[in-house]
Amino acid sequence: MIAETSLADVVISALIVLGAAFALIGSWALVRLPTLMERLHGPTKATTLGLGGMLVASVLFFQANQGIWSAHELLISLFLFITAPISANMIAKVYLHRRRTDPSGNVETPAGPPPPPGTGDWTTYRRPQPGSPSSTAEN
Amino acid sequence: MISYAVAIGFACLAFALALNLRRLLKGPTISDRIVALDTMVINTIAIIVLIGIETADDTYFDVAMLLAMVGFVGTVAYCKFILRGDIVE
Repeated sequence: MIAETSLADVVISALIVLGAAFALIGSWALVRLPTLMERLHGPTKATTLGLGGMLVASVLFFQANQGIWSAHELLISLFLFITAPISANMIAKVYLHRRRTDPSGNVETPAGPPPPPGTGDWTTYRRPQPGSPSSTAEN
Repeated sequence: MISYAVAIGFACLAFALALNLRRLLKGPTISDRIVALDTMVINTIAIIVLIGIETADDTYFDVAMLLAMVGFVGTVAYCKFILRGDIVE
């Protein structure tokens, strides 16, 4: 019994430290990397993974110490793993939009020059047509 | 042993929040500030989960769940406002 408890403690502690380290690495990447498109990688992947590790640690903790099996933590990690790519996509679109609509005009953008007015189907320029996929792939 | 791990986790997350605050204040573009706020929300959720482990109280996970939802909605609302000038069209 004692050996089981200590093994669970070791696993929980390792998961907590690993998750905190991943969260710290993601936040450090946010400061360290040069451009926004690179900075997005840190929070969206490393920090979310670190939080997932900590949530698994808490599931194991409540299972080992109190005998409660609760699915709340898994629900949180599922929700975060679904929403992190969506927020990253929105933030990248904001960045491209601000770069393309820069009033100084001649800006080198990662997405190329802006499409001529009226012909672009990029979602930030025009409201998507109802019933059509608002994709940038056809542009 | 878990208490030491939780202390290390608190230290790492506090430092991570300080780094996020630096990017939030310094960020050259508005997108950097949105990313910094989003990351701060995620780190705060991690701190709440750690508090839940430390106090062995499972009420904190409802708080974490709510903060995850509100943080996501907030990030999307910021982005939509900058993209379209409106949040709910």
